[in-house]
Amino acid sequence: MPPYTALIILLALTVLGYWLGRRRPAAFGRKYHSLPGYYGSYVAIWCVFPALALYCLWQLVEPGFIRSQVLATLPAELLELPEAELGLIYNDIRNLVEGNIVSGAPGEEIIAAASRYTALQRMSNLGIALAVLVAGLASSGWALRRVKPTLRARNKVERTLRMLLMAASTVAIFTTIGIFLSVLFEAIQFFQLVSPLEFLFGLSWSPQTAIRPDQVGSSGAFGAVPLFTGTLLISGLALLVAVPVGLLSAIYLSEYANARIRAIAKPMLEVLAGIPTVVYGYFAALTVGPLLRQFGEAFGLGVSSESALGAGLVMGIMIIPFVSSLSDDVINAVPQDLRDGSLALGATQSETIRQVLIPAALPGIVGGILLAASRAIGETMIVVMAAGLAANLTANPLEAVTTVTVQMVTLLIGDQEFDSAKTLAAFALGLLLFVTTLALNVVALRVVRRYREQYE
Amino acid sequence: MKSMDNGGLVFDGGGLNVTEGAKRAAGALIGNLRAYESSRLSNVIEEAHHTAGDYTAVNAIMRARNVDVFYGDNHAIKSVNLDVGANEVISLIGPSGCGKSTFIRCLNRMNDTIESARVEGEIVLDGENIYSREADVVLLRARVGMVFQKPNPFPKSVYDNVAYGPRIHGLAPDRQALDQIVQSSLERAGLWAEVKDRLHYPGTGLSGGQQQRLCIARAIAVGPEVILMDEPCSALDPIATAHIEDLIDELKKNFAIVIVTHSMQQARRVSQRTAYFHLGRLIEVGATSQVFSEPRRKLTEDYITGRFG
Ligand SMILES: Nc1ncnc2c1ncn2[C@@H]1O[C@H](COP(=O)(O)OP(=O)(O)OP(=O)(O)O)[C@@H](O)[C@H]1O
Ligand SMILES: [Mg+2]
Repeated sequence: MPPYTALIILLALTVLGYWLGRRRPAAFGRKYHSLPGYYGSYVAIWCVFPALALYCLWQLVEPGFIRSQVLATLPAELLELPEAELGLIYNDIRNLVEGNIVSGAPGEEIIAAASRYTALQRMSNLGIALAVLVAGLASSGWALRRVKPTLRARNKVERTLRMLLMAASTVAIFTTIGIFLSVLFEAIQFFQLVSPLEFLFGLSWSPQTAIRPDQVGSSGAFGAVPLFTGTLLISGLALLVAVPVGLLSAIYLSEYANARIRAIAKPMLEVLAGIPTVVYGYFAALTVGPLLRQFGEAFGLGVSSESALGAGLVMGIMIIPFVSSLSDDVINAVPQDLRDGSLALGATQSETIRQVLIPAALPGIVGGILLAASRAIGETMIVVMAAGLAANLTANPLEAVTTVTVQMVTLLIGDQEFDSAKTLAAFALGLLLFVTTLALNVVALRVVRRYREQYE
Repeated sequence: MKSMDNGGLVFDGGGLNVTEGAKRAAGALIGNLRAYESSRLSNVIEEAHHTAGDYTAVNAIMRARNVDVFYGDNHAIKSVNLDVGANEVISLIGPSGCGKSTFIRCLNRMNDTIESARVEGEIVLDGENIYSREADVVLLRARVGMVFQKPNPFPKSVYDNVAYGPRIHGLAPDRQALDQIVQSSLERAGLWAEVKDRLHYPGTGLSGGQQQRLCIARAIAVGPEVILMDEPCSALDPIATAHIEDLIDELKKNFAIVIVTHSMQQARRVSQRTAYFHLGRLIEVGATSQVFSEPRRKLTEDYITGRFG
């Protein structure tokens, strides 16, 4: 019996337990503490969680257990081999079992070990399946016996739910911490090769390091400043597009448009956020870039076909929905009372918007803008395709620039050795980017929270 | 099912057996009854159509004539005539949903903000129909201010709340003049003593009663001629209510006040005239003392004696 069959049976048991638990209070015929459904859930919870916990535990322990059992039967001279070679042998055994390619012709003892492995696995599967079922039956039976009018099933179920929700939210937190730590460790390695000062304040970026000491142009420079100015330049341009357009369209949608226009226009605006960034990249590289260059030529300006301007404009369009959707929501959330109060004093609609709605909604709007900004800073695809790879230290939007994320991608593309400064630099950049956007997000959340408190 | 079929058959049979003469007599009788019934009904409707009492005021500042309001197909106000006299408090009473708010919102065209609302008839302020094409809503609302049921100060400082209107209408040439307007408005709203040390703290931080007086100060600051109040005390406790009622008494020296209230006692205490609305019609209007002591209409009497509503 494969384990998942046991899980399916466990599920059926759970449903049964729920049903039995639910029926139980009716049998008492007098006042019981909670609604019948809670007794059902109580039994179901006891049916499923202990058994599942057992199952998970076994899943963790099983590989090590089987390994030690299998290796123990090997001849003594094999056991004296170093750990690494033992691992290889064990791999061979498993490959044999799973029908994969084995290195060389398997020896007698390997084949024997493989059959032992198979037997062990079969036994383990059967064992865990039975154990799960027994655990489920036992614990739910125990829970069912505990169902009495005085049992506070509601409180217990509530507590379990709360724990479940807590567990769900910690998943996100641990992921964030995990990402942060993994990037941090790699970055620390990088900073052992290149000084943090040079990285943070160096003005030139050219991450090629020499393979042989006598190679030309192989010094390698890891000053991240040009990358960050590139990121700032492009994000700034993007915000320059997105903030006015987004804010104005939010105002139009929430204050002027009637319900029909709103119902059509709002989802259409939000579609912008759903277009894959590669498509934006194409649009920037193939349409906007050449257009800008032609336009520039007409005025005698040298616009390179890959320019910060093109990437920034298109990225700005991409993040319009972040600004407009959030602003629209917060402007809508301003109580109608305030609008009425202002209008009743003889203010026009635009005066009301400027002097009452925007100030009242400002924290929310700022929050939206900051979220859009962190999105712009993290954006990669558009920049790769439309702004180029040249790490120019410039504030001129007509030149090609590159950004932090783009460099990270190029550093990691292809086969890389993971101990050279060149590859490790990607993690240092990642760390810096992570910290920057995290800071932006924290600020954004704080600002939004302050807004929430205002009407309570 | 079966028995119903049978019943139908029996009825048909009965119909066939009735003689022509009897049939005609029965028809005539029914016809007479109908005529009587409908004439009685139309009398009732006729009576309900016209307002009992005198809806005009001696020195009227606003006159509403044949005002109808529709929300889409819902006929919420039905040909109402009513004057608002200068320096008087007129209270609008009536059961919930009878159109008091709708009517009061006609007086400064706040109904414009509701998409489905349509107003017919005319409302004259100073000889000009406020619903005419040339009428300027901004000016109208500066002259006819409004205080709402729930205090709704802006999330700005006390000072900026009061200064809001004067700033918009350019009433104060400089900071000093503005300070002056703010102070005198707060004084007239009876709030100055309580807030003079916290003028630059948020208005939303005041108590409910103080907030409502702040809203009154805000309305006064624009120098209106009429102040509309839609249940201004319904969110307040008795002490704050008494405060506002005193204030209304004080304010009527300078302004005409229209107040909607669900409290008979309040209507009695603060108003000189009372208008009773029912299902979108103005049933009765007259001096407050008369309406409450000897109402002309049965509907009014039922309402003020608490029989319904
Ligand atoms: N915004 C609106 N849209 C559609 N119908 C409305 C609207 N406001 C009011 N009405 C309708 O108009 C009628 C009168 O409503 P109104 O609010 O004027 O009553 P009211 O006398 O102020 O009642 P209350 O004492 O409960 O405040 C009601 O039938 C109501 O349903
Ligand atoms: Mg009302």
